[in-house]
Amino acid sequence: MASNKKYWKSVEELKESSIVETLSKNEFVSEIATDDFLGDKETLENTSTSRRDFLKYVGFTTAAASLAACEGPVRKSIPYVVKPDDIIAGVADWYATSMADGYDFANVLVKTREGRPILVMPNSEAGADMNARVAASVLSLYDDKLRLKEPAKKDVGEAVSWSQADAEIGAQLNAFKEANKPLVLLTGTLASPSTEKIIEEFIAVYPNVKHVIYDAISESGAADAFMAMYGKRALPNYHLNKAKTIVSFGADFLGDFHGGFEKSYIAGRKPETGHMSYHVHFESNMSLTGANSDKRVVVKPSDQVFALLNLYNAVTGSNFASKSTPVDAEVKKMASELKKAGSKGVVLTGLNDKNAQLISLAINAALGSEIIDTNNTINIRQGNDAEVSQLVADMNAGNVAGLISYNVDPLYTLSNASGFSEGLKKVSLKVALSIENNDTVSAMDFVLPTPHYLESWGDTQFDEITYGLMQPTIQPLFNTRQFQDVLLKWSGNMVNYYDYLKTYASENALEGNSWNTALHNGFSKKEVSVNETLFESSISIADVANELASSAKKATGFELNLYAKTGLGDGKQANNPWLQEFPDPITRASWDNYLTISIADARELGFENPVKDNGAIDGDYANVTVNGVTVENIPVMIQPGQAKGSIGLALGYGRTLDFKEDMQVGVNAYPLYINNNHIQYGVSIEKTSGTHKFACTQVQKTIAGRHDILKVASLKDFKTVDPKDHHHGWNKPAYVSYDHQEVEANSINIWDEHNREIGHHFNLSIDLSACTGCGACVIACHAENNVPVVGKNEVRVGRDMHWLRIDRYYSSEVETREDAKELGLSRGDTYRKLETEAENPEVTFQPMMCQHCNHAPCETVCPVAATSHGRQGQNQMAYNRCVGTRYCANNCPYRVRRFNWFEYANNNEFDFNMNNEYGKMVLNPDVVVRGRGVMEKCSFCIQSTQAVILKAKREGRSVSTDEFETACSSSCTTGALVFGDVNNKEDQVAALTVDKRAYGVLDYLQTKPNVIYQVKIKNTNEA
Amino acid sequence: MSHYEAPIREPLVLGDKSYHDITEDIAKPIEGKANKNWYVAFYISLAAMLWGFGCIFYTVGTGIGVWGLSKNIGWAWDITNFVWWVGIGHAGTLISAVLLLFRQKWRMAINRSAEAMTIFAVFQAGLFPIIHMGRPWNGYWVLPIPNQFGSLWVNFNSPLLWDVFAISTYLSVSLVFWWTGLLPDFAMIRDRAVKPFQKKIYALLSFGWSGRAKDWQRFEEVSLVLAGLATPLVLSVHTIVSMDFATSINPGWHSTIFPPYFVAGAIFSGFAMVQTLLGIMRKVTNLEDYITRIHIEYMNIVIILTGGIVAVAYATEFFIAWYTGSPYENYTYLSVGAATGPYAWAFYSLLFFNILTPQLLWFKKIRRSFIWTFIISIFINIGMWFERFDIIAIVLSKGHLPSTWWRFEPTFVDVGIFIGTIGFFFVLFLLYARTFPVIAQAEVKTILKSSGEFYKNRRDQGIPTKPVIKVAAAEGESDKLDKE
Repeated sequence: MASNKKYWKSVEELKESSIVETLSKNEFVSEIATDDFLGDKETLENTSTSRRDFLKYVGFTTAAASLAACEGPVRKSIPYVVKPDDIIAGVADWYATSMADGYDFANVLVKTREGRPILVMPNSEAGADMNARVAASVLSLYDDKLRLKEPAKKDVGEAVSWSQADAEIGAQLNAFKEANKPLVLLTGTLASPSTEKIIEEFIAVYPNVKHVIYDAISESGAADAFMAMYGKRALPNYHLNKAKTIVSFGADFLGDFHGGFEKSYIAGRKPETGHMSYHVHFESNMSLTGANSDKRVVVKPSDQVFALLNLYNAVTGSNFASKSTPVDAEVKKMASELKKAGSKGVVLTGLNDKNAQLISLAINAALGSEIIDTNNTINIRQGNDAEVSQLVADMNAGNVAGLISYNVDPLYTLSNASGFSEGLKKVSLKVALSIENNDTVSAMDFVLPTPHYLESWGDTQFDEITYGLMQPTIQPLFNTRQFQDVLLKWSGNMVNYYDYLKTYASENALEGNSWNTALHNGFSKKEVSVNETLFESSISIADVANELASSAKKATGFELNLYAKTGLGDGKQANNPWLQEFPDPITRASWDNYLTISIADARELGFENPVKDNGAIDGDYANVTVNGVTVENIPVMIQPGQAKGSIGLALGYGRTLDFKEDMQVGVNAYPLYINNNHIQYGVSIEKTSGTHKFACTQVQKTIAGRHDILKVASLKDFKTVDPKDHHHGWNKPAYVSYDHQEVEANSINIWDEHNREIGHHFNLSIDLSACTGCGACVIACHAENNVPVVGKNEVRVGRDMHWLRIDRYYSSEVETREDAKELGLSRGDTYRKLETEAENPEVTFQPMMCQHCNHAPCETVCPVAATSHGRQGQNQMAYNRCVGTRYCANNCPYRVRRFNWFEYANNNEFDFNMNNEYGKMVLNPDVVVRGRGVMEKCSFCIQSTQAVILKAKREGRSVSTDEFETACSSSCTTGALVFGDVNNKEDQVAALTVDKRAYGVLDYLQTKPNVIYQVKIKNTNEA
Repeated sequence: MSHYEAPIREPLVLGDKSYHDITEDIAKPIEGKANKNWYVAFYISLAAMLWGFGCIFYTVGTGIGVWGLSKNIGWAWDITNFVWWVGIGHAGTLISAVLLLFRQKWRMAINRSAEAMTIFAVFQAGLFPIIHMGRPWNGYWVLPIPNQFGSLWVNFNSPLLWDVFAISTYLSVSLVFWWTGLLPDFAMIRDRAVKPFQKKIYALLSFGWSGRAKDWQRFEEVSLVLAGLATPLVLSVHTIVSMDFATSINPGWHSTIFPPYFVAGAIFSGFAMVQTLLGIMRKVTNLEDYITRIHIEYMNIVIILTGGIVAVAYATEFFIAWYTGSPYENYTYLSVGAATGPYAWAFYSLLFFNILTPQLLWFKKIRRSFIWTFIISIFINIGMWFERFDIIAIVLSKGHLPSTWWRFEPTFVDVGIFIGTIGFFFVLFLLYARTFPVIAQAEVKTILKSSGEFYKNRRDQGIPTKPVIKVAAAEGESDKLDKE
């Protein structure tokens, strides 16, 4: 049967347009004249091109083509046609600015090269603290995978122009205003006075707008308590440097307790000054702060509440409802210590519970504590849980017509994300202003990209006295517009934010400083207004105590303590490979979050962490259920020092949207963060099948009896005992036999020495007392030295590339072989005891990098002399010369050398920042990116020491005191790392190297390291 | 004139052999066709070799990361295999050079193959230092050759550089020594060859050996000189290899007894490998009359001696580690720490294979048994591999700082390369067995009348020995010369 279907290739053909016919007849415009050429036999025979010639031509062409192909790829470096005034190629520019991403707030200095920010350092003049996340934030700037690049209308899935977005949103805003429909502006903590003013003005224009502040990790309880007591919604400040006695109930003030106390804490713990605070830490998880404390008391969260109440009772002599806990003796002792310390004592609590915070404030008030500062408050956690839950309720009730979110991701961070998501469906205007794509952004209709802080103007007010400024350090990478500019525009204010900020700052904040000075410094200090409102009698502590005790009495089952990891925080920078690869200071695991469980509980529930034959650690999985919410397949890590009956789990992991597969690690714990309370009672754990592969950078947990590696002494011994005393000395040198005489290992020498008095001689002093293990230096080193990221699988098999690592050691139950002998243990048992960590161990940290040995074992063994000694003390590595025998690494007793097992740059197998055009912009042009097969290691930042020398030379002066810095030493805000030239006697390090606390690690080997450690002093004598 | 030999000595050549019989026996594998077994063995070895080469190309193309190494364990199977192969290479030189100087006639049946084994083993050994480099294409930088990279020069302090010299010297001297011994035998094959191509090849290989008295005189002189040169190499090579460890500072490596201990261990493992190879070869190539029980027994005696030295060295290491009282010595490869740690299996394997099994050789029956010898020799080969693995992996797995303690697990590439070198070794050896005279027949002929069973028996019975008259028409020139 014939079909009358007609098949057609284009509409024109269907309509039988004439053009089709024309084209089909004349597809090739001109015929190729093959016939003319080949058809005529005669011409072909008469042609002068013989077969030989033809072959010659072919041969030549092939050869020429292949030769041309042999040329290496050309990389164009384009000089400036018109050089910008403020950029000299090869010379770094530093800008003072401030970071405020809603979770981390810091005054920083940013190093830029050729217009690209490449390094973030603390602005020490502003008194800033620094952590790993701040240091790593520069890489988040270049995150082209996650960052939003242009405004878009998600509901129709297309890019729009800013003016179009302004017009459409503006129209809707006005419509809502007319109809007086409520709108909500949902932001994170801004801590920016000018932005707050802009929001006020925006609300003045649109009175139907309500501003709700939401912190992913909330300290709403503390703020509410402070509000109730002192009439101001903020967090108290603590001057820990003046403290004599510090008692903390789970307040991880060196970690995720809104940070920023490292500097003052360590300032109060300098044994040389004779003043050292006594810090007792009650906690359930092993936190960084607990690890640093003088005494760590393991107690589960509900008992922490009772312990806090007991402490209150003991300090004030009252008798409020409480319960006895296993740590009452400790509490009683601390009460008397606190009373003895009086105004020099302080109590902190990390419980995000208004009542618990009130009790702690009340104890401080009862002590008359001078340590707590209620005037110069901290403003970096302004989130209000009540308002957020009200917002979710309102949305679901259909009472919110529009939602404008800025820099928050409630769909990821809210435990009630499903409620938020349901409510969002009832909102008609959904606008997200955001730096990066995230779950919330993807649910909004309008997506407006905002710049990274390194591309932005702004101001900050982290505490009351420091007014910080934020300035751009690079042209915006993408088509972004600042949040403030957006609001100004929508408010109908035609002034741009830069001018607005300048006016605002000069009028309100600079207090006589010029704008330029303040911008240069990055901050301006002002006087703090003294808050006269004191203890409000309206609060009945008895009621508070009752309420607190009754809530804690409800505790059943396991108690979950959610926390933020030192590396990832609340998860804002989860797509930052530096932070993912950053090993946790406590567990030393990277690329993961996990359930921490006590040794006793693990034994009961059958959880194990076996060490595999390739050196890596495996773990079991567990499902954790809280209040009917279950998070499945959480890997379990057995944590010594975890309170029995409690478990810990880090927030901030498990983000997947738009993440590369390698970066999708961990589980999202936010669903368990019910009511924004990081303590959850009644938790059940269920072991599930499967084996998790952890990526830990350290497997052996104890020091195995080798106490001369990491020396610890008590404050009393430090004050009274001769460090070199043969029996009781706390800093005994190593002795060796030489000519049958016992001599100090360092006194003999088998080498011909260079004269080290000439020129510079660099030393680095590491004060183990001052090192909190925070790891800011690790990231700073990463950034400064182009250290590659290798990914989870490689870290797992022991191939992390960190030039600087922080070793963490737990104490074991039997600490020395002498102790074991007294216990009558066999040799095998002795080793096992020394190798096994105690259930509640003491923790010590030891930063470890190339020790730049003056007698370096690595240098003698390299067959090609690729590593050799510099005249300034550095052990230098010539990458180009290295053939990669790895003998140097084997012969390095500190194992600080790192080998390039693969090509880590421009390799799709290692798809991190070095395999990405944007990510590569963070590379430091002064430091070469190492190729495959060569060894690398810490260089003492030779690029910066040389830069200092050259600068001094150019300026015709000698290098000034303490001018030399390395990335690690300048990122260390506690002063644990001090770098300098020992031949300049004025340099701080010169005195430190001969300090009575100074020692070299493994100096019995006579490696004579140029890195000097200072014995860790613990205030264990309860001074 | 042959030398005098005491009648109580066992004969070194069995049966009623004439010079011509010896020629025929030695030339048979070369002139005949290979049997099925040879092909099977060859193809298996070839497959292993190709697999190993594949793994090597993969390593060089991708990076050393395809091995199981880590930041804390920078060497493992690579250097283990290197030292193992170098050690195996030691028996050849000892047999041909030292035993020549000591006028041990029994070496004549085995020196050719032992030396071939040496050279092939050194080939395998030499592979590892090159491929274990991160950038093997720059491997020539370890040679002190004038260059245009500025004033760059090698580091004469580095034991790795000493290795370069030691191994290359050893290889070249061994090769020359081996070849010198081969000249009359190649000439014999040349003279018998009927195919012109074959004749040409063997003519080239025999360097124009004419068999004149002058040739023989020079041959003897060169052999003696080379033996003198090679003897110190027996000691030096493994001494220097041991210094890769002994001059380092890792507890367990930094040990002054390493040089003699390593040399003894090398001879120990070398003889074991000779036993393994000859155990097979004498059967396959029908050389039972030349490689006899007494040869096997003599070699087993050397094994007992060197094995004893190794055992004493182990005990010393264990004792000294304990005696220092230093916590850093707790976990050396011979210590309580190793015996109770994650590598206990490797620790006990070492003791079992290397100390316990060789003790069986004290029994004469076992010592003279071909099958027992074969089994024990395999055990010793395994044990000596473990010795090097223990020294490298256990020591590196427990460094000075406990934070750096780690473990090593080989990947398929590690295993593949090791198997590949075994394949490569056997490919070379099997080719050698088909193309080279595997017994130094010219030398064996010199002892036929003093140590041959037939002549010994006759002497014992008081029957005067007559010259052998079984002369064939097509006999080679060299054979005629042998008849004085």
